[in-house]
Amino acid sequence: MIDFSIIASSMPNFFAGLKVTLVLLVISLATGLVLSIPLGVARVSSNPWIAKPVWLYTYVIRGTPLLVQLFIIYYGFAQIEFIRNSAAWSLFREAWFCVWLAFAINTTAYTTEIIAGALRATPSGEVEAARSIGMSTFDMYRRILLPSALRRALPQYSNEAVGMMHATAIASTVTLVDLTRVARDVYANHLVTVESFGTVAVFYFVLTFSLIGLFRLAERRWLKHLRPQELSHVNEPMVHAK
Amino acid sequence: MIAPHVLLAEDITKRFGQTEVLRGVSVSAKPGDVIALIGSSGSGKSTFLRCLNLLERPNGGRIALKGEALELAPDRDGAMNASDPRQLRRFRSRIAMVFQHFNLWAHMTAERNVTEGLTVVLGLNPGEAIERAQHYLQKVGVFHRKDAYPAHLSGGEQQRVAIARALAMEPDVMLFDEPTSALDPELVGEVLRVMRAVAEEGRTMIVVTHEMSFAREVSSEVVFLSKGVVAERGRPDEVLLKPQTERLQAFLANSLK
Repeated sequence: MIDFSIIASSMPNFFAGLKVTLVLLVISLATGLVLSIPLGVARVSSNPWIAKPVWLYTYVIRGTPLLVQLFIIYYGFAQIEFIRNSAAWSLFREAWFCVWLAFAINTTAYTTEIIAGALRATPSGEVEAARSIGMSTFDMYRRILLPSALRRALPQYSNEAVGMMHATAIASTVTLVDLTRVARDVYANHLVTVESFGTVAVFYFVLTFSLIGLFRLAERRWLKHLRPQELSHVNEPMVHAK
Repeated sequence: MIAPHVLLAEDITKRFGQTEVLRGVSVSAKPGDVIALIGSSGSGKSTFLRCLNLLERPNGGRIALKGEALELAPDRDGAMNASDPRQLRRFRSRIAMVFQHFNLWAHMTAERNVTEGLTVVLGLNPGEAIERAQHYLQKVGVFHRKDAYPAHLSGGEQQRVAIARALAMEPDVMLFDEPTSALDPELVGEVLRVMRAVAEEGRTMIVVTHEMSFAREVSSEVVFLSKGVVAERGRPDEVLLKPQTERLQAFLANSLK
């Protein structure tokens, strides 16, 4: 039987964990998005000196697990004398900073590739139309390429955001008390699985579907131009006539 | 003093690898001219048109707009590049282009497609831009579709929006690159009617077209390109009704089928 008293008494802890999970998710995704827009533009540059370093970065980061990246930053950097003696040590000794850094570096790599892919998918005719009226390259990116690419990237980016949300569980390995860490604590204290990991699964499930719902709303708003045409306005006069 | 030429292109050459697509083509458009460029596919007519605003970089030649020469310098591959990007952008904003595949910006409504260049390139404020855009959308007969996205418009409507986008720039010359070739046959008429109305206003146009009736009835000069050179040129009634060269005779015989 499920012991609801354990679940009820752990609820304050679960909600505290939820807050940590959400803060981690939001700061990582926000940093990632801000960084990956210029990096995505650099990634599709025709100049190899600009494009290749970005390629190398996303290649290395996407080729290694996030857990390993976090351990290198949290445990590995602590062993480097140079970092321990530098001013940066006050940051690297903080689990929060290391987690944020590792998550941001990771999601930036994936998001950069998503944006670069969406930029490459721009119909060449739209670029020519912009050039043909005398738009500068900067204006073309600002007004045509990025607005169109970011819209196109939305469905794929929603996958990245959900993946990142699940990946925040990794923060529990370096002392942060997120949802997963709360579940592990409840399990350790009571040795019950359903009440600990079952409850946290429900939390993640609700979070996932809320996130997907938000992205659906965003797609409704920003991808209007790709939807089949609504015929509702055709019926409007009949409604008014009544 | 009268400005003799709106757009002057002299001795344009273009190579794609070893293939010589254009071997010295010249065209000069005086105010109000409607020049029809005809020729079979592969004759270089579209490439020539795209060289005029440097969407395609020519390997040689001179381009001048209202007496001002476009500064060109060859790069390492031998193709010409504008040496002053700002001059090129100014030229392009005075030379509007209408494309075969419309090339509307898919994420913008019809009206935004027209206002975009006005605000970003010409620096109009949003109110002026919308007013001007609506004027030209009305002119080409798609004002009632101004809030629709390109994917929700028919091909003919899309091309008319594209023409409004080009007209709204109030350019010195308009380039049309096979504007009806991608349209269903029953939609060709509405676009040709708009183009005819634009021509009748006295706008300077250079039109690559397969529509022989348009060339015959609307243009002031027909230029027949064949294998990268001008094989024949002159007034439409002379060139189209009394073709001198065998190539043009064969081309016209084929296109009348």
